[in-house]
Amino acid sequence: MNKLIVSPAPHAHSGDSVRRNMLLVILALVPAYAVSMAAFGWGVLITTAISIAACVGFEWLIAKYLLKQQPTIGDCSAILTGLLLAFNLPSNLPWWIVIIGAFVAIAIGKMSFGGLGQNLFNPALVGRVFLLISFPVQMTTWPRPLGFYTKYLDAITGATPLAAMKQIVKGGDASALDKLPDLWDACIGLIGGSFGEVCALALIFGGLLLIVTRVITWHIPVSVLATAALFAVVTGWCGALPEGLGTGEYMLMTLCTGGLMLGAFFMATDYVTSPMSPWGKIIFGIGIGFIAMVIRTWGAYPEGVSFAILIMNACVPLLNKIRPKRFGEKKK
Amino acid sequence: MNIVLIALLVLGATGLTAAVLLFVIAQKFKVEEDPRIDEVTEVLPGANCGGCGFAGCRALAEACVKADSLEGLLCPVGGSETMAKVASILGMESVAAEPMVAVVRCNGTCEARPRTSEFNGSRSCQIMHSCYVGETACPFGCLGCGDCVAACQFDALHMNPETGLPEVDEDKCTSCGKCVKACPRQLIELRKKGPKNRRIVVLCRNKDKGAATRKACLNGCIGCGKCMKECNFEAITVENNLAYIDFNKCRLCRKCEAACPTGAIHAINFPPRKPAEPKEEAPATPKPAEPTVPTTPAPSVEPKKEEANV
Amino acid sequence: MSTFRIGGVHPQDNKQYSAHQTIVDCPLPQKAIIPLVQHIGAPAQPVVEKGDKVRVGQLIAKAGGFVSANIHSPFSGTISKIDTTVDGWGARVPAIFIDVEGDLWLDEIDKSDNLVREGILEPKEIIDRIAAAGIVGLGGACFPTHVKLMPPPGKKAKVLIVNGVECEPYLTCDHQLMLEKGEEIIIGIQLLMRALNIQRAIIGIEKNKPDAIAHMQKLASRVLGMSVMPLNLKYPQGGEKQLIDACIGRQVPSGALPIEVGAVVDNVATVYAVYEAVLKRKPLISRVMTITGKDVAKPGNYRVRFGTPLTDVVALAGGVPENTGKIIGGGPMMGRAMNSLDMPANKRVSGLLFMPEDESRRIEPENCIRCAKCVGACPMGLEPYLLARQAELQQWDGMEAHNIMDCIECGCCTFTCPSHRPLLDYVRMGKAKVGGIIRARSAK
Repeated sequence: MNKLIVSPAPHAHSGDSVRRNMLLVILALVPAYAVSMAAFGWGVLITTAISIAACVGFEWLIAKYLLKQQPTIGDCSAILTGLLLAFNLPSNLPWWIVIIGAFVAIAIGKMSFGGLGQNLFNPALVGRVFLLISFPVQMTTWPRPLGFYTKYLDAITGATPLAAMKQIVKGGDASALDKLPDLWDACIGLIGGSFGEVCALALIFGGLLLIVTRVITWHIPVSVLATAALFAVVTGWCGALPEGLGTGEYMLMTLCTGGLMLGAFFMATDYVTSPMSPWGKIIFGIGIGFIAMVIRTWGAYPEGVSFAILIMNACVPLLNKIRPKRFGEKKK
Repeated sequence: MNIVLIALLVLGATGLTAAVLLFVIAQKFKVEEDPRIDEVTEVLPGANCGGCGFAGCRALAEACVKADSLEGLLCPVGGSETMAKVASILGMESVAAEPMVAVVRCNGTCEARPRTSEFNGSRSCQIMHSCYVGETACPFGCLGCGDCVAACQFDALHMNPETGLPEVDEDKCTSCGKCVKACPRQLIELRKKGPKNRRIVVLCRNKDKGAATRKACLNGCIGCGKCMKECNFEAITVENNLAYIDFNKCRLCRKCEAACPTGAIHAINFPPRKPAEPKEEAPATPKPAEPTVPTTPAPSVEPKKEEANV
Repeated sequence: MSTFRIGGVHPQDNKQYSAHQTIVDCPLPQKAIIPLVQHIGAPAQPVVEKGDKVRVGQLIAKAGGFVSANIHSPFSGTISKIDTTVDGWGARVPAIFIDVEGDLWLDEIDKSDNLVREGILEPKEIIDRIAAAGIVGLGGACFPTHVKLMPPPGKKAKVLIVNGVECEPYLTCDHQLMLEKGEEIIIGIQLLMRALNIQRAIIGIEKNKPDAIAHMQKLASRVLGMSVMPLNLKYPQGGEKQLIDACIGRQVPSGALPIEVGAVVDNVATVYAVYEAVLKRKPLISRVMTITGKDVAKPGNYRVRFGTPLTDVVALAGGVPENTGKIIGGGPMMGRAMNSLDMPANKRVSGLLFMPEDESRRIEPENCIRCAKCVGACPMGLEPYLLARQAELQQWDGMEAHNIMDCIECGCCTFTCPSHRPLLDYVRMGKAKVGGIIRARSAK
């Protein structure tokens, strides 16, 4: 027998790994991905492939040649960033814009801070917001969902439900009511928008999978969605909605359209950029829901989730001062 | 009125108001301080290493200015030179201090001290020490993870991969004492640098009985007391099976080194012994080798062992 | 709530190797080494000399203070020397060496297996017998039991909680003891209830031991005030504070002892030893150990007299497996890996786990991904990621402010970390440092 091996306790491990968590998130996104493919066609596949390849490639290059470290692409976090970035883009986005987005997401959003675990802002959102501001036209021209026949680059484009809702609520324009899609369509994803955002049901399913496998906890998704829903309900009660749009319907439309569902389950819950304690997470979620709704209702952009998440990311170091409940702690 | 003129006037007025406000506040909240503190801080090295026992160079400067004499106040990094400058600024007597250097009191090299287990925890001496005896059978010996090397701010400690022990670069060591605190086994001691940088040290801290020590390490002190008997200056005490040389009494005669049967005593920075005994040709093995005791080759690095390794 | 409220993890049980293995007595050795430190507190002082003849159960070392324990000879024979020995972790400890001759017991000890129920004893007598018998907590902490039975003035015990949880994976000695010596344990509990002058006792047993739950429930139902609480599986349920929370829903405040909430906690093996000491006048001279591991030939539960070389016990279990990488004294979560098996059995080691080499090395750690799983796992509600980082940066004040002294070193944080970061290594190191600072501060 060789020399005995000695190390401090514990001598057992749960078997969990960074890669396992990343792969589970990717798995949870598969339903939404499938629906998007069905709704938006090949553009989805092309955009996703370019995004993932670019993210992984940039991370590998930066790690190996700039930082001179062992590349960590094996932990699959770059793949996930690529996938989530793609989910936030219109499926007809030109390929070179996708690559720029991937570069910003990885190089600036993640590697410049020191790699995985060190970044302050959600990398995919950093990429997306950069693209939104730099290429506003391309980033806000979404193809209509025409199934597999939707072309990649010459897709027929149309307005999104969020734009219509903004017209209705902010502008008080009741005529836009008929531009709103059917609620069922909104739930299953037959609406315009970034391809990852559209199918609410698939996203909820994926989100629940993550909660059940303990990849994420319930605190952030529930507080984001509850706050947004509450805001919508209060909007209705205050009489800001025109005839023909009930409070309940407005609330559900709010939840099912735009990036709220994707944001609540997959973007805001990013480990690195979210708080570490339960109450910290709840406040984080409330902040996101609130800011997103404020931007949606009164802001210049129809969608506020990305900005809301980035703003709350900046508050996370402060939120981390909130400590979890200690054993034996008396309520003062 | 011309818009440019308005802009200039407004901005000018704002700037002026701000300047006056800042001046008034600066004067009102000014902290009165002895200007000599700044002067003394200037001549101090600025390393903020804590070697003087104060929290940074400025704190030492304050203490010097407030003190009646410079007795007990010493910047080990700057040494006597710096303290002389401080003394002249403050008009005080400068107090000469012996230069000190860090000495790692273990010579249990990889060859002399066999490994008996494999440690798979975090590579930190502190952690290994609190876990168990270490990768060898000596509970007092160097653990080799380099907590001391990490603690040194002056790049004076480096791990020798062959011996597994840290080596002190005497030119860089400022005797600030950080490594002394970092070692969980208190192996490092600040000792007098000595005339011509020479000193004689027992490179062992093993307090186990001789037989147990010998089993764990061939270079360990077995507490036989031969060194103590040889010393004419009463510089050596043997307590708990371990010899210790008082650096204040040691006269560097090297008799103890010659008497030591295991090679635990090392004379550092001495020239190689003249080949008085014919069997002793190896230029760096200073001790007379008893035929039965295998002299370990590791001490062949010996007189230069703690010297600059740049 | 059938379990404690904050944190906890679910390691694999791995009890199938040694579960339900009938307790086997280990044969007597020829030479025995009895360490003088087998408990928390001051070392015991020898009361015998070289050459003395001793009998089984004879006092050979007296408690060295209030928080200390007596040590009795587990063998009959001659004292060969009083010297030091090196334990399985390389530490040198004082010990009494005995050349074993025969198996002659002290006359007053009842060494039969007969169940003894009678004995009207006053609380003080019970406590005195427990103290005299050198009984310490056999759950791993080895705190002298008689000290626990004497609450400081102003504090009153209200409930005795008996720890039959055995939450560490692999270990099954307590389980087997409950199945084979259930009646004796119940009597032991009654003795302790009398000693503490309380009317309520709860036996906590995890639900992965349904036979033990059923057996003890049947026995406990005959005694007024005694009940069994089946608990949902979760580590570290056997931790004193967690067990109290699970059984009576009270959380011991930071820095306080269980008596603060009126609870006294004792392990089932300790309770069995109490029965033997008080009603059979048999001092603590042996314990049941689990020898286990995937590749152990005959894993099981072995009753060993202290002082028996561990190599003897392991030989009973089929010897050290060829592919052994680690030998762990205790369970895999809190047990300490040994660097040598050359050590006698003693009160502190509840089992030996032989881990194959391919499972013995850690995975290379990665960056902290701030997933907060360690925060969710910590049963004391601390922030391990932060404490570990503070320990690395030597921020002792920060650690103290973040309640490092509450850490029970259970290992849940390291167990759960997806980046395989050695959190507990640094936390433990920091806790020792901060503890030293606090002691120095209060000594001034």
